[in-house]
Amino acid sequence: MLQLAGVSAGYGSFQALFDVSLDVGAGEAVGVIGPNGAGKTTLMRVISGMLPVRAGRIDLEGRALAGMPAHRVIGEGIAHVPENRRLFPGLTVEENLRMGAYIPSARQHVRERLEWVYELFPRLKERRDQIAGTLSGGEQQMCAIGRALMSKPKILLMDEPSAGLAPLVVQQVFGLVRRIREEGFTVLIVEQNVQQVLEVVDRAYLLEVGRIRLSGSAEELKNNDFVRQAYMGI
Amino acid sequence: MDIYLVEAIINGILLGGVLALLALGLNLIFGVVDVVWIAYAEMVMVGMYVIYWLHAYYGWPLPLACLVAVIGVGLLGILVHLLIIQPILGSAPINQLLATGGLLFFLQSFATLLFGTDFRNIGLRMPIIEIGDIFISFSRLIAFCVALAGAVILYFFLSRTHIGTAIRAISQDREIMGLMGVDERKVYVITSAVGGSLAGLAACLLVLQYDVHPFIGLSFGPITFMICVLGGLGNMIGGFVAAFLMSQIISVGGYYFSIELSYVFAFLFFIVLMFIRPQGILAK
Amino acid sequence: MMTIRWPLALLFAVLLLLPLGLQDYLLHMAIQILIWGFVYTGWSVMGRFGQVSLGHGAFLGVGAYTTALLWNNFGLVPWIGIPIGVAFAVLLALVIGYPCFRLKVVGHYFALVTLALSQVVLLSIVAARDITGGSLGMTPNSVGQSSWLALQFTSKMHWYFVALAVWAFGLWVWVKVDRGMGRAAMEAVSEDETAAAAVGINVTREKLRVTVISAAMTAFGGALFGQYQMYLNPETLSGIGVSLQIVFAAIAGGMYSLLGPTVGALLTIALTEGLRIGFGTTLIGAANTIYGILLILFIIFMPRGITGFFGAWTKRRAATAAATT
Repeated sequence: MLQLAGVSAGYGSFQALFDVSLDVGAGEAVGVIGPNGAGKTTLMRVISGMLPVRAGRIDLEGRALAGMPAHRVIGEGIAHVPENRRLFPGLTVEENLRMGAYIPSARQHVRERLEWVYELFPRLKERRDQIAGTLSGGEQQMCAIGRALMSKPKILLMDEPSAGLAPLVVQQVFGLVRRIREEGFTVLIVEQNVQQVLEVVDRAYLLEVGRIRLSGSAEELKNNDFVRQAYMGI
Repeated sequence: MDIYLVEAIINGILLGGVLALLALGLNLIFGVVDVVWIAYAEMVMVGMYVIYWLHAYYGWPLPLACLVAVIGVGLLGILVHLLIIQPILGSAPINQLLATGGLLFFLQSFATLLFGTDFRNIGLRMPIIEIGDIFISFSRLIAFCVALAGAVILYFFLSRTHIGTAIRAISQDREIMGLMGVDERKVYVITSAVGGSLAGLAACLLVLQYDVHPFIGLSFGPITFMICVLGGLGNMIGGFVAAFLMSQIISVGGYYFSIELSYVFAFLFFIVLMFIRPQGILAK
Repeated sequence: MMTIRWPLALLFAVLLLLPLGLQDYLLHMAIQILIWGFVYTGWSVMGRFGQVSLGHGAFLGVGAYTTALLWNNFGLVPWIGIPIGVAFAVLLALVIGYPCFRLKVVGHYFALVTLALSQVVLLSIVAARDITGGSLGMTPNSVGQSSWLALQFTSKMHWYFVALAVWAFGLWVWVKVDRGMGRAAMEAVSEDETAAAAVGINVTREKLRVTVISAAMTAFGGALFGQYQMYLNPETLSGIGVSLQIVFAAIAGGMYSLLGPTVGALLTIALTEGLRIGFGTTLIGAANTIYGILLILFIIFMPRGITGFFGAWTKRRAATAAATT
């Protein structure tokens, strides 16, 4: 469904991604793991058009995305849950969700989408009129995911959903990721929390200093000695 | 109680409504585009001239002339954004402010060039309302009511529409607007149009009470800036409260001393408040 | 540094000999350029560090009016009056600057506060119409002859050399600030105040220092201009109009180079005079209309001003020339 071929990107004179190729099939959940500064967030930003591609191709169901500005990429069916959730802290939960359905195609279905997201995450319904900045960390992540789902994307990008959350909340958040998978969404998830993420994805790539170093099924990576030593501390 | 003081206080409240409208417009633009239109009061002046010419000179009905002014200044807002602000969005914010300073210069002197320095009045005589011994000018009362109505409409626009929500969201997290499918540039243009229209609306209300001349903007600009800083730039509620505070000082100060001195007092008050509450009066 | 000194020495030699060949009218132009060049240089002392003040008209007015009022009412000669006027302006700069800088009122906020300040000084002058003549302006009492004591000269030649000396003094101050210890500190401050404070720079003190220097120079220039014109008007010596004109000239000329503000003075005065000669007084406001448009164009296309633009251009040329040989 989503295919990256030879993608390079960076900031100014600093190159963050070198010749990255990966693909995500329909209905699949794919993880990208790697240490801090490996280029994981850059990868997400490149896919969603927040950062221009320097070289290579990005295709979604055969349609070229490279060079498209961010506000058009979402219309193609890619929703991005940014790092640190990035809710609009002064808006209510419902207003945040409505922002997720800003694009015209989603705007027509705002009511049903809201109902659907509330069904998926009943907690959000309870808090619909609460100011988003006052939610707990886990609820914020829930709201951020809900916001991304409002556009009914073909693929959901999640950037470090567990970052900055307490261990117990991290469990909940991965629970949310499972729920979304069960709903049949295609997911590309970037995580530092390697052990946890390998439990929820089908396949994963290991990204190190801007290059794909390893790839394989979740099982393979879990049993890979290098991954175990470097990232799971076993 | 001093009946004239009561009158001054009431007039202060009525003036506050119009100033609040101006502060709302400036804060809206600042919150979204992150730029201060130094020439905002001069755009009001443009609106006043539009109404003057259409109504007093060409004999259009006043409401129609006002409508044209609101739309016209709204369009001017779009032009200001596209021609002056957009080309330098990437450079230091202070440059954008200075560029609109150039616009202030331009509008003021261009108006002088076109119309001379004459004071022009639309020649509308409105009744004076008498309540007990207190006299209230009807035109000020109308101005106040319309200003409040404008603020309420703005409130509903910002809270009930998609674009309104986006306008509030953009000031909270500019960077991720693209992820929501929002084209920032479009939001900027729409905000500039709304901000311009608010200046146009203020022009409709001010033209009822004041003569128009090329330097009329100087009577409202500086005080509006003080109000915005006092309320916290971009903070609409703060600006709203500050408008009524400052208008009281001006109105009551003007009653006891002179209108010029009342501005000086307002400024002193402003400096003192800056010592006490630097982030604006509503800061926690 | 030698490369800078030679042309500068040559410039001074020309400027010293210049009045010998000029008529009174051109001398009048030259004097105005020198005095305003001094004021604009004063503005750029703080402007070049990102401290954009839209309120320098306030200092101009305080300097000019204090000097003239002390002379007319108490017979205090400008030799005493100007320092007092400058002191008042410095005081005003401290009263406004201290809270602003302590409380990190920067950028937009600072510009708006100073803008309001300049208008408030104008209104104060108008409000005190009993002694200042209000918006009609005032005239310092004339001694009727050239007098060093009263700083009044009947001959333009005298004024030319006074203005030249003051202007040269302004350049000297600019160079002092440019080469002083404070420059690096102020550049750090203008880049990032928090970071500057973190490395031990006393941000408030550094900013106050350039502000005080700038305000003092502006007040001095204002006093001198009032003295030269023998007429003071609140509109031309305070308020938003003149404040913006100062900003325009400094930016157009180029606030990052020594002679930039003077080039700005040359440009604005040539423009004003050219329009006055070309169109007479039928086109009131024409000059300011053009200033307004030019200010916008300069900020969009040439934010470093004329000198900055040509400076970069000659550097590029030199670089290509060096590369080809």
